[in-house]
Amino acid sequence: MMAGIILVCSVVLFLQFFVFYCRSLIAVSSKQVLSPEVQDVTGISRTASGEDFARVMQLLQLCPERPEDRKSIQAIGAYFSLLNFLRSTIARMVPSMRVWTESERGHCAYFAAVALERRISFSRDMLVQQMDA
Amino acid sequence: MLGPADWVIWMLGTLFEAAVVVCALHRKSLRRYFFLNLYMLFSVFVSLGRFQVLLHSGRSSVEYRYFYFYSDALLTIVLYFALISLYLLVFQELHVERYLRMGAVLLLAGTAWFSYAVVSQSSHRMLTHFAFELSQNLYFVGMVLTYVLWGAILKLRETRALLVQLVLSLGVYFSTFAASYAMSNLRPDLFSHITYLFPIVACLLPLSWAYGFWRVAEDARIVPARLAVVPR
Repeated sequence: MMAGIILVCSVVLFLQFFVFYCRSLIAVSSKQVLSPEVQDVTGISRTASGEDFARVMQLLQLCPERPEDRKSIQAIGAYFSLLNFLRSTIARMVPSMRVWTESERGHCAYFAAVALERRISFSRDMLVQQMDA
Repeated sequence: MLGPADWVIWMLGTLFEAAVVVCALHRKSLRRYFFLNLYMLFSVFVSLGRFQVLLHSGRSSVEYRYFYFYSDALLTIVLYFALISLYLLVFQELHVERYLRMGAVLLLAGTAWFSYAVVSQSSHRMLTHFAFELSQNLYFVGMVLTYVLWGAILKLRETRALLVQLVLSLGVYFSTFAASYAMSNLRPDLFSHITYLFPIVACLLPLSWAYGFWRVAEDARIVPARLAVVPR
């Protein structure tokens, strides 16, 4: 009985912490302005929509990986899936939830675009280093 | 014998733990987050010790389980103090360090006493079960304390992005472990299936801390209240 209560509390708190952690990752990156070329490639200027996420993730996979951002991208990917789940279940019945999930999905896409920007500049640095060598 | 999964989990976990200390050193945050880095340093040594036992005795051996749970109890106590150090940072301006330290020691002693009371009634191998029980209870206490700290962050309008991320990732870690322990209490037959889960989950905390120290600037600010906004 007690273990059951602890399990339920832990799962609820885990979900809360996970969502807040993902949102804190997004909040830190949302202040970064995208360069004009990344805006051109992704089609995102200031605000992104959830529909952009899959496309930006495909672009991300074309760039060489940076070990330090791999897990944060995976965490945001998991958060995006959670949002999709909410969108197709609870958000169908609660209109305000639908607006919220849409805006969060857009933030996820913007996070992915910022990660893309970092990967592009990382690739450029590697290329410069190789040319110098 | 060690399988490829054992190697990969051990290697990644130890690398991430070391990476936290290296990133904190690089960002000159070692002193500021001393207990967090101390915990990671201890974790590296414990990982090396576990690896030795794993290599000689295997994952399903009694020796590995003993070493795992004794070292885990010690690490959980250090992590508990790391959490208290985050409390001290959040409550820095209120000058309540003395009361926080006293409260933390009393709570730790209370948890140890409760764990002892539970195992003394039902166990003949008391020390081993005490280590397991203490870890389990400290994970739950840690989870609750992290939640309270998150509440304090919201209430005090704490805006340091790095601090917020460290606290939230600690919350994810504590709650995952508390859930895993509760699950293994509910269904002991599942324990052999989730032995891989503990080291995998243990990789996540150093990874998120390393990411925080590496990527988030010390002066970066966010508004935590906006993270907690949910539609009604």
